[in-house]
Amino acid sequence: MAQDGARRVLAGVDAAARRFGLYPGMSAAHAQALVPGLHLVPAAPEADAAGLERLGLWCQRYAPIVATDPPDGLLIDITGAAHLFGGEAPLLADISARLERTGIAARLALADTPGCAWGLARFGEGGIVPPGGAAQVLAPLPVAALRLGSEAQRALQDVGLTRIGGLTDKPRAALRLRFGAEVLFRLDRALGYEPEPLAALVAPESPRVALRFAEPVGARETLERVVSDLCARLVPELERRGLGARRLDLIFARVDRLDQAIRIGTARPSRDAAHLTRLLAERLALVDPGFGIEEAVLCASRVEPLAEHQETHLASHLAAGPQALDLAALIDTLLVRLGAARVYRLAPVESDLPERAVRRVPALAAPLGVVWPTDLPRPARLLAPPEPVTAMAEIPDAPPLFFVWRNTRHRIARADGPERILGEWWVTDAEADLTRDYYRVETEAGERFWLFRDGPMQANGRWWLHGLGEA
Amino acid sequence: MPPPHSPDAPTLAELRRLTDSVGTGAGPDAAPTLPFGVAGLDAALPGGGLALGALHQIHEGGPRGRYAATAVLFAGGILARLNGPVLWCLHSRDLFAPALARVGLHPDRVVYCETWRDTEVLPAMEEGLRHRGLAGVVGELTRMTLTPSRRLQLAAEGSGVTALVVHRLCAGEAAEPEPSAARTRWRVAPAPSDGMSRRMGRPRWRLELQRSRGGAPGAWIVEACDAQGRLAVPASLADRPAAPERVQRRAAR
Repeated sequence: MAQDGARRVLAGVDAAARRFGLYPGMSAAHAQALVPGLHLVPAAPEADAAGLERLGLWCQRYAPIVATDPPDGLLIDITGAAHLFGGEAPLLADISARLERTGIAARLALADTPGCAWGLARFGEGGIVPPGGAAQVLAPLPVAALRLGSEAQRALQDVGLTRIGGLTDKPRAALRLRFGAEVLFRLDRALGYEPEPLAALVAPESPRVALRFAEPVGARETLERVVSDLCARLVPELERRGLGARRLDLIFARVDRLDQAIRIGTARPSRDAAHLTRLLAERLALVDPGFGIEEAVLCASRVEPLAEHQETHLASHLAAGPQALDLAALIDTLLVRLGAARVYRLAPVESDLPERAVRRVPALAAPLGVVWPTDLPRPARLLAPPEPVTAMAEIPDAPPLFFVWRNTRHRIARADGPERILGEWWVTDAEADLTRDYYRVETEAGERFWLFRDGPMQANGRWWLHGLGEA
Repeated sequence: MPPPHSPDAPTLAELRRLTDSVGTGAGPDAAPTLPFGVAGLDAALPGGGLALGALHQIHEGGPRGRYAATAVLFAGGILARLNGPVLWCLHSRDLFAPALARVGLHPDRVVYCETWRDTEVLPAMEEGLRHRGLAGVVGELTRMTLTPSRRLQLAAEGSGVTALVVHRLCAGEAAEPEPSAARTRWRVAPAPSDGMSRRMGRPRWRLELQRSRGGAPGAWIVEACDAQGRLAVPASLADRPAAPERVQRRAAR
C-alpha cells in the first residue's frame, strides 16, 4: 500500500490477493470494500530496493554479472556460466526451486537479450528462448513487453498496434517518424540489434582489485598478463583478511560497455596466485574483447577463511603426502573445464539394488573408508536400464541354458545363482513386489554376464541382462 | 611440450639418464616397473614388469569390445597395486564401481570425471598426467591417433604417472590398432574357466601383449585379478606356453 497524492493505493499484491481481483494501482478503499479483513502493509520502497539488491547478490552464485531491474526484476547474464549447472534448463530449474523454497514468487525467462527475457518473464510464460528465436517469441506479446513508456504505449495502442509482431514488419523510418526513437530503440534492444549493457552488482565486502588501461587492450597474451597481474594483487588482499578464494569473477569492461565475465571456482579455498591465474587463463578463450577492453576487475565473490600462513596448511597436507595439494589443483582445473557436476568420487550406498549402490561425493571429500561388500562378484559394466533377453531354463530356479541378447545366442557353460534381491518397499510403493533372481553365467567362450529374472518362472518372470564382465 | 612450471623441470642427472637411453628404444633402464607376479609375463617386459610413468593401451578382445568390461578390470587391477589417487576419465555411465573395488581399487582413491567424448578425454588425461603423486590416469577412448598418444606418453614420462588407455570399440570400427607411442599394447579377452566343472570359478583371461617397446610380445592365459589386483597362473596351465604360433608371427615383424 502506497501513498499516491491524497489517495492510498495498492503498490503490490500477492497471489492470494490477485485471486480476489485486486491489482496494483487499485485504491486501498476499494480493495478493502472488496475483501473485508484485507491485510494491508505500508509500502517500503527503500527496503524493497535493498532486498532486491540482496537477492541480486545471492544470484551471483549463478553468474558474475547480475543487475537489478527495479522495482521487482533481476537480470542475470549467464553467458559462459550455464555449463556449471549442467545447461540452461537445469540452471533455471535450480533458480526457481531455490526461490520457491524461500517463498519468493518468480517467473524466469532466458533469452538472447535482456529485453526479450524481460518481456517474456512479465508478459509471457517465461521459459527458455532458443538462440535467434527472440522475434518469434516476442511477436504475440503486447507492446508493453518492450519496456515502453506509457506515452509511447498509448500512441501505439491508439493506432491498433497492440502486439510486438505488428511492429517488426513495419518500415522503420515510418515507425520512427510516427512514434519517436524510443519504440525502435526498445525493439532493437529486445531483438539484439542494439546492445544492452548491464550494470553489475558488486558485493561491497568482496575482496576486489581492478586494472584500468590507458589504451583499450584485446590481445590474448595481454589478457593473460592482466590476469596474472590481477591475481598477484588480489592474493595480498586475501592474505590480509585471512581468506582464501572459493570463487573468482573476472569482469572485463569493454569499450562498448558490453562487459565480458568469466568465473572460476575452486574445490578448496586458495590464495595461490599461480594456481588462480592458471584457472582463469583456462577460461580466457571465452572472452570476446570486441573493440577493446578498458578495465578488468577481479573479485573474489565467494571466500572462506584460510589459515594465516599457508605453510601450516601445507604442513597438514605434507603429512598425507606431497601430492595432496597438487590433487586440489588438478580437481580445480577439471571443475573449471567440465563443470562441478562432472568431477566426483563414488561412494557405497547400503542398498541391495545394484543401480542404487553408488552415490557421488565431492572429489576432495575426506576419505570415507567404506567399500561395497566384497564377498559377492559384481559386473564391471552395468547396463542402465537392463536389456531384455530371452533365456531358457530347464527347471524353475535353475540357471538358464542359453540366452539371446541382441540377436546373438549365448550358450551357457557355467552358472551360479540365484541371488535374490527384493525391492526396497520403503523407498517407493512400486517396489513392494519387486523380486529379482540374479544369475552369474559364463558362456562357452568364457564371457561372463549378469542376468536376472524379474519374477518366479511360474509367474512368467522375464529375463534381463544387467551387467557384463565380472570381478 | 612439457609443462612450464619448475617442479616438473628435469634435473641434470635425469637428463643424462634420458640421453643415455636414447636409441635403445626402451626408455631409461632405471625407470620403475610394476611386476605382475606371473613369471612368463614379467620376463617379456623390459625391466621385469609394467613400466610406470608411461602410456599403455588396453584393448578388449572378444566380441564385446564396445563395453571393454575385461579391459577395465585389468586396468583397475594394475592401479590397485600402486599407491595414490587415480583419475578415471569416463566415456559413459556404465562403469560399475563396486567391481573396481573387487579388484582392490578402493573407491576413496578414484576421482571420476565425465568426459564423454574423446576430445574431452585426451586433455583431461594430459592434465592428470602432469600432476605428480597420482597413481595413474585411466581414459576410456574409442580411438587414439599417433599425436595424442605421443603427448600422453611425454606427459607420463615427465611426471612419472602411469597412463592407461582403455579402448572402447565403436560399432563398425576396425579392430586393427593404429600406430601409437604407447610403451605397451595389450589385448585382454575373457577365456573359459576350468573346463571340468559346472561351477563358476575365478574368471580367466587371455592376456596378449601385442606390442612392447624393448620387449617381446606374447600371450598367456591367466586367472583374473584377485581382491588385491593380482593376476595368477592357472594351476592346470602352469607349465604350458600358450598360443606360441601367434607369438612367433608377431615377433617376426
